[in-house]
Amino acid sequence: MVKKLALIASKGTLDWAYPPFILASTAAALDYEVHIFFTFYGLTLLKKDISDLKVSPLGNPGMPMPVPMPNLVQMIPGMESMATMMMKKKIADKGVASIEDLRTACLESGVKLIACQMTVDLFDFKPEDFIEGIEFGGAATFFEFAGESDVNLFI
Amino acid sequence: MDFDKELDARGLNCPLPILRCKKGLAEIENGQVLKVMTTDPGAVKDFQAFCKQTGHELLSMEQSENETVFHIRKRAA
Repeated sequence: MVKKLALIASKGTLDWAYPPFILASTAAALDYEVHIFFTFYGLTLLKKDISDLKVSPLGNPGMPMPVPMPNLVQMIPGMESMATMMMKKKIADKGVASIEDLRTACLESGVKLIACQMTVDLFDFKPEDFIEGIEFGGAATFFEFAGESDVNLFI
Repeated sequence: MDFDKELDARGLNCPLPILRCKKGLAEIENGQVLKVMTTDPGAVKDFQAFCKQTGHELLSMEQSENETVFHIRKRAA
């Protein structure tokens, strides 16, 4: 019997893009059937161009910084871009996969990517904004698969 | 140890070694052996877990200072 993994991806920052794609691609490698339901900011991860994903240190005291930096400093324009640049450099230096690579791995291994139709409408996204091969659906669509899954995670 | 295909996953971090290994196994015949070289310290546990869950046989695991080399026999079906 094939095991099943159902994920909800609700965040659209560079750092939070990792957990759903890492877990989904790995589960697929372990022969799981995998569905990811992308909702709210998570929808960003299905756009054709995801090279502009960012990470923000603002309001995130858990983020390791080279020097201690109060929120007031992190508010300065350009700080977010700088933090993103530093994170991307670290990612490359440490041999961590890019989000594009992980998403491609998911698609190649048959992970089903579902865009939340309500959020698409809410944010005025167009179907052509997204990569090909995805599906559109609502909460009931998610539960059809989640209800018979072995693992369900909200990210 | 004899092998049918070699995979260099050195310098790659989780989950890439496992994803490459999965791809490598897809490219060999059932019963053949894949050799995988890794430097990710997490690979030691991950490759054991991968084999346990997928049914491929972990024939050997040789750890040296910075590297771990795995030999994996592809499952029968």
